[in-house]
Amino acid sequence: MLRVFVSKKLYLIVLLCITLVGCAVAPKGFLKPTEGYLEKRQLQMRQYDTKDEEKIIVAVAGVLQDLSFTLDDSETKLGLVVASKKADARNTGQIAGAMLLDVMSAFGGTYSNVSSTVDFVQHIKASVIAKPSLEGNRIVVRVTFQRVIWNARNQINRVESINDPEVYQKFYENLSKAIFLEAHSV
Amino acid sequence: MKKFNTCNLIIIIIILGVTISGCATTARKAFEVSDSQVKLRSIQTRAFDSTDKKLMMQTVISTMQDLDFVIDKSDFMLGNVTGTKFLGKRVVTMSVTVRPRGEKQLLVRASAQCGIYAVVDPETYQDFFNVLGKSLFLTAQQVD
Repeated sequence: MLRVFVSKKLYLIVLLCITLVGCAVAPKGFLKPTEGYLEKRQLQMRQYDTKDEEKIIVAVAGVLQDLSFTLDDSETKLGLVVASKKADARNTGQIAGAMLLDVMSAFGGTYSNVSSTVDFVQHIKASVIAKPSLEGNRIVVRVTFQRVIWNARNQINRVESINDPEVYQKFYENLSKAIFLEAHSV
Repeated sequence: MKKFNTCNLIIIIIILGVTISGCATTARKAFEVSDSQVKLRSIQTRAFDSTDKKLMMQTVISTMQDLDFVIDKSDFMLGNVTGTKFLGKRVVTMSVTVRPRGEKQLLVRASAQCGIYAVVDPETYQDFFNVLGKSLFLTAQQVD
C-alpha cells in the first residue's frame, strides 16, 4: 500500500516538474522566417506608381475608416498606421451545431451549454506600412491583419493572423479607388 | 470545539500569510534585475554600419512583418517598434529599439516576451538579427 502511495507521489512530482518546466521555457525558433513567408509577402504587399508618400498614408487612413476601423496609433515619419475594430464573429453553421449538441444532451438528461462557447465577437487589428521602394520611384504598401475571437462567456476562443486573400484583395481595391491608381503586385 | 478553532486559526494564518507575502513578492519579482542582465543586453543588441535611422526602422518593421508580427506601435524619435505575433495560443510581443552609436553605427536592441516569460535564449535573437542583416545587406556585429 505504502509502495503504491510513494509511486503515485513520485509520479505526481515528476508530472508537476514537467508542467512547470514546460511553462517556463519559451519555444525556440519562432524568430525564423517560415516557409511560406514570400507568398504571404505577396498577399500583403502592393506597389503604387507614385512618390507621394503622404497621399498614400492619408488614403490608407481613409480606407481603414471606410472599413469601420478606428485609428489607434500612427507614426507618419515611418508611414505606419495601426487601426482596430470589433465585429460580429457568429457563424450560423457553428451555432446550429452547438445548439444541436445542447438539445441532444438535454434529451440524454444531461446539461450542456456548448452554445455559449461558439465564436461571438472578434477584435481585428490592422497594421499598414507605406514606404518608398528600393528604387525610390514607387510606394510600397504592406498591410497585416490579426484577430482575437471571444465567445459569449467573454473567454478568448482563438487568436490568429488573417491569411484570407479576399480580405487583402478588398483592402487594396478600396485603396486603389481612393488614390485613383492601380496596385501592382510585388 | 477547541480543536476546530485551533485548526481554523492555523488555516486563516496560513492563507493570510500567503496572500500578504504573495502580494509583496510578486510585485518585487516583476522588477527583479538578475546578475545576467548585462549578458542579456549583449544577447539582445547588435551594431550595424549604417546611420540611416529611418531606413533601419523601416527594415526592422518589414523584418518583423516577414516573421508574422503585426506592428502595434512605433515612434521615430525613440527609435522604437513594437509588434505582436500569435504562436498557437501563445502571444509573443517584441520591442525593437534603434539608436545611434557613435557617428557611424546604429545599435539595434530586440527584446521579446512569450506569454509571461521574457525570451532569454541567444539563438532566438540571433535568428532575428540574421534575417534583419540579410534585409539590410549588412552584417550584425556583436556588441560587448
